Amino acid sequence: MRKSLFVLTLAILIIAISSSALAADVVKLGIAEPMTGAMAVGGELCMRGYELAHEQKPTVLGKTVELILVDNKSDKVEAASAVSRLIERDGVVAVFVSYGSGMAIPGGEVANKAGIPLLSGTATNPLVTQGKDFVFRTCFIDPFQGEVMARYTFENLGIKKAALLVDIAQDYSVGLANFYKRTFEELGGEIVSDTKYNTGDQDFSAQLSQVIASGAEALFFPGYFGDVALIAIQGRELGYEGQYLGGDTLHNPVLIELAGEAAEGLIASTFFAEDQPATPESEKYAALFREKYGLAPDAVSILTYDSYNLMLDAIERAGSFDPAAIRDALAVTKGFQGAGGSVTINETGDAIKPAVLVKVVNGEYKYETTVNP
Amino acid sequence: MSLNLFLQNVANGLSLGSLYALIAIGYTMVYGILRLINFAHGEIFMLAPYFLYFGVLIFHLPWWASIIAAIALTAMTGMLSERIAYKPLRDAPRISALISAIGVSFFLQNLAIVVFSGIPKSVHRPAFFTRLYRFGEIRIQSTLFASIIVSSIFLTLLLYVVYRTKTGLAMRAISTDIETSRLMAADVNKAISITFIIGSALAAVGGILWGLRFPQLFPTMGMIPGLKAFIAAVVGGIGNIPGAMLGGLILGMTEILFVAFLPAVSGYRDAFVFLILILILLFKPDGILGKKVQEKV
Repeated sequence: MRKSLFVLTLAILIIAISSSALAADVVKLGIAEPMTGAMAVGGELCMRGYELAHEQKPTVLGKTVELILVDNKSDKVEAASAVSRLIERDGVVAVFVSYGSGMAIPGGEVANKAGIPLLSGTATNPLVTQGKDFVFRTCFIDPFQGEVMARYTFENLGIKKAALLVDIAQDYSVGLANFYKRTFEELGGEIVSDTKYNTGDQDFSAQLSQVIASGAEALFFPGYFGDVALIAIQGRELGYEGQYLGGDTLHNPVLIELAGEAAEGLIASTFFAEDQPATPESEKYAALFREKYGLAPDAVSILTYDSYNLMLDAIERAGSFDPAAIRDALAVTKGFQGAGGSVTINETGDAIKPAVLVKVVNGEYKYETTVNP
Repeated sequence: MSLNLFLQNVANGLSLGSLYALIAIGYTMVYGILRLINFAHGEIFMLAPYFLYFGVLIFHLPWWASIIAAIALTAMTGMLSERIAYKPLRDAPRISALISAIGVSFFLQNLAIVVFSGIPKSVHRPAFFTRLYRFGEIRIQSTLFASIIVSSIFLTLLLYVVYRTKTGLAMRAISTDIETSRLMAADVNKAISITFIIGSALAAVGGILWGLRFPQLFPTMGMIPGLKAFIAAVVGGIGNIPGAMLGGLILGMTEILFVAFLPAVSGYRDAFVFLILILILLFKPDGILGKKVQEKV
């Protein structure tokens, strides 16, 4: 009995020592993304970017980077607990939360309180970074994106009557639609139809019948791509012939695959266009991504790829793994050459970068124009 | 609202309602005979269009053969789920089978995420199903006619099986008293298996038509239609087959008209539908065509 107890204690000691010795060579970065639930696809796209970047650059300041993934289940409450689990249980020095502004907002609050830097690749709602010193992002924000799209609709396409179809369950969709509406009306345009839906709805016939009856020349639907693919198909079936417009969530080859013909001519604001690379990194990324996944790059994974690299760059500039030092380094990021364009962080923690407009032509995204902030 | 827009919305409502009706018939049939709310019905529904997808994509079957194969496979899955998850609980309290049904539902859904992945898949639609019919300004998808025709055929078949065949007699006997039916030498297991085969085949047909109408497949696609079909069955009087059909049509129409008349709150249509369920349960728990059943003591 006494002997076995001794062996047990010894074993525990050995394990404790060896794991702490191992821990000395490892730096932990946390990822909280939706791996299940309504946004599981988005989470999968995010992971492609993180994994590709991690393969390219697995170490920083002589330590191996360990990525710890926690599923936030596409749920706003789970999103907060996922981040606190990463911070408290796993002891990560920084966190990534990208997909879904609705999940990045509560996640950012937790990280900010704990004093751990959080970097978001794709969450574009302004509330994500607002009033949070420790939260940053590598994408532009919705007021800018909404304004760009509204101006483009009114000035470049010459459209005076537009319709909105908004996902009320998503902060991203509601916010972007509001910013679009504000600019479009300021310019003298008219929003002739403003209908809503809920994430995961499959029938949009009533909303689309109203859009058609309103005589709208363009339909702006800033939702997630699965829902939007169904809207695009049903709209054309019901005889809608106007212009389809959307935000960065619609820059995703899966959308074209799902919507087929109905996606033709759709215009979306995004961060890059494969046929018009913004930086040398963009070309390198597109080649790597096609090689690993056999797909055209999408707007989500390119930004999670950039956020991983920007985080490592900030750690190098800080010269330490102290969360506060990493935060300070992130805050002064200037002209970081990412695959999705150059990143400069402003005083609110948001990236200042141009918006790139792409159009679906023959089943592929083609460069349309660039709008500088 | 102009007359044209209103009529278009009536067509939209019929189109959605006829799909709900088809799913609700299977739901209500299983309930009518076993007094079991089969919560896995929505997942059985989701499997059929996936089977169709793989039949066309991997085995290169012509689409009509894939549809038959998909219906057969789905019916088998439904029967197997009964054998594994409900049969051992036949003499247990009714709540155990209900919990088991919820378990089957979650199991199939998560299995689908693992096997088929969460990325939505597009459905290749045969030319007939993308066709549109125009009546003046009103546009109607061909799936509406398909679902009305298919539902009527199945409704007739079902009524024939339940009221004119020996198996149907056994089914009705089981729905009244399972113990006595056994004593009267009715083959209870066979009758119940057939019930599940028919119910799942109906879910499969509903799922395939749904997939052709809303051409996108994802593992959770059966959840909301399954719940809506349940509500449709309750509205019509659960256990009553023509009632389920009526309930489905009423539900589809209500949903569409809710969005059409109140576009500002159109995002809350599901909440509105569940509100209807609560009101029905409060004020007319037997549904529109349901009979008042005396609970046996």
